[in-house]
Amino acid sequence: MQPISKDHSRIRGAHLVLLVVLAAVVLLYPLLTAKFPVYQRLGALVLLYAIGASAWNIVGGYAGQVSIGHAVFFGVGAYSAVLAYHHLGLPPIAGVPLGVLVSVLIAAIIGVPTVRLAGHYFSMATIAVAELTRVMTTTSDFLGGAQGLTGPTVPRSVLDLSFTSSLPYYYIFLAVLAGVLWLTWRMETSRMGFYLRAIKDNERAARSLGVMAGRYKLYAFMLSAALTSLAGGLYLTMFGFIDPDSGLGILISVKMLIMAALGGAGLLFGPLIGAAILVPLEEISNSVLGGRGAGLTFVVYGAIIMIIARFLPAGLLGLLTRLFKKSAAPGDRDAA
Amino acid sequence: MSLTLLQVIVSGLLLGAVYALFASGLTLIWGMMNVVNFAHGDFVMLAMYAAFVVWTAFGGGPAASVPIAAMLLATVGVLSYFLLVRHIMRGPMLAQILGTFGLALFLRYSAFWLFGSDFRTLPDTILGAPFEFWGLRVDAPRLLAGAIGLLVILGLHLILTRTSLGSKMLAVSEDAVAAQIVGIRPEYMQAAAWALAAGATGIAGALIATFFYTSPTVGETLAIIAFVTVSLGGFGSVPGALVAGLLIGVVESVSAYVIGPVYKDVIVYILFVLVLWFRPQGLMGKA
Repeated sequence: MQPISKDHSRIRGAHLVLLVVLAAVVLLYPLLTAKFPVYQRLGALVLLYAIGASAWNIVGGYAGQVSIGHAVFFGVGAYSAVLAYHHLGLPPIAGVPLGVLVSVLIAAIIGVPTVRLAGHYFSMATIAVAELTRVMTTTSDFLGGAQGLTGPTVPRSVLDLSFTSSLPYYYIFLAVLAGVLWLTWRMETSRMGFYLRAIKDNERAARSLGVMAGRYKLYAFMLSAALTSLAGGLYLTMFGFIDPDSGLGILISVKMLIMAALGGAGLLFGPLIGAAILVPLEEISNSVLGGRGAGLTFVVYGAIIMIIARFLPAGLLGLLTRLFKKSAAPGDRDAA
Repeated sequence: MSLTLLQVIVSGLLLGAVYALFASGLTLIWGMMNVVNFAHGDFVMLAMYAAFVVWTAFGGGPAASVPIAAMLLATVGVLSYFLLVRHIMRGPMLAQILGTFGLALFLRYSAFWLFGSDFRTLPDTILGAPFEFWGLRVDAPRLLAGAIGLLVILGLHLILTRTSLGSKMLAVSEDAVAAQIVGIRPEYMQAAAWALAAGATGIAGALIATFFYTSPTVGETLAIIAFVTVSLGGFGSVPGALVAGLLIGVVESVSAYVIGPVYKDVIVYILFVLVLWFRPQGLMGKA
């Protein structure tokens, strides 16, 4: 068994080096791009979307329940933050706990009946609830209707988290992303992570061994909802504005889903990699193609999603891992 | 019962027949292959644009646009099956849902890119003046759509239950390997199901276009209506889709009349969540 363990330690060593390099680049990125505020902003956006996509990954990737309505949690987070400012004069961040609470509640309302059913029901229910919320928001004066609501334009204190530079946002988002990934990793290596993997592989077999499949899927969904809501609150602090389309539109859900799926659904760093590819792509296509480019971007997104589904269900990271393991341990794939 | 309410119910029933028509396309695929086509609403949207193009390019009414849309969509359906669905239907749930959802985005934003985001409508008078029956006013497009909708559903039901094609399709859905042993090619039958389902959806779309606005995102709303109809009717059941479609058409019309037009979608979505909570197997499905 000598060669296998050698391969193992080689893989582990390579992982470690890769992680350290990656961490250094991520930490120093805003300083390296200090002269180019556009790139700083891009970096902050990548991290923000990576938070949302990583949150989606908990239920979509790890629990295998494909939510197409995560915008509802994102929107609830963003709206709670802006409402705290608009109606109570508090810093937007003060609304985040409420947003998290409401999101978990909505997740329970969708999740309790659907986690027992086939996965399609879950996906449809998430779409329907997100659309329902969007339409209701458009007709509500309290929520600013179709015009949306604006956060603090001039920061009153540092608690408003309203900065002109993208640098503070970058590090705030990085810290939150690290927290989200840490939580995901803890979940992955806990009993719950093993249960979720068993459920995804074969739900009937897992149930027959006494795994409460529905309960763990629901927990994953509620955790995912809470973290997505947090991403929504952070979005508001950076953009200072929210309306039904930018907070609750189906495209918000699509972005979280496609980033996680492209990078690798069910893999810890998959969503971050997906965000690092797709956020710049979208910014470039929007600036090159202008307003009409928005449509084309999503034509390309649709094509990418189909290609992932057909050829790359494990995402780019899944593909890389497979190739890497193949080359590290030729003919010994199953052992690795 | 006041005459206005009766009027509302009648127009709801006519609308419901069209809902039932495009929902039966969804339920057919779902029942036969256990695949949910998340691009279903966008298939309807495509057919609506086809009707719009037929009108602006040739001045053709439903007599031209219905067969054209049916053929176009049947082709799209078969292509989707061979290029995409066949490869993902045995894969993980994530791939299944992502695949057809990617198709939905692709179609939706291609339409957005080609036609812009403007709402388009065919002229009200495309089929002449409204009819009057015993004091009830019925718009000609809605009457035509409802009547054709019912006929096509009946035809679909007869194909599935009374023809050898229908029996072969049923055989494949029961057990594809066993069907293969007795000489049925599963992929041909599944492709036929996609052609039938998408073709019916094409007819529904061309009919809806005569009285409903057309926009790139209209498919999203219609897809949810189709999902609600299918869940309510029980998956795989065409008669179930008919009953559920009529019910939803009436619920939508009545709530638009009683509460206000903005809330008609809201009521449908709430209905969906209620069905999921209390009767996920549908009204006519088995527990």
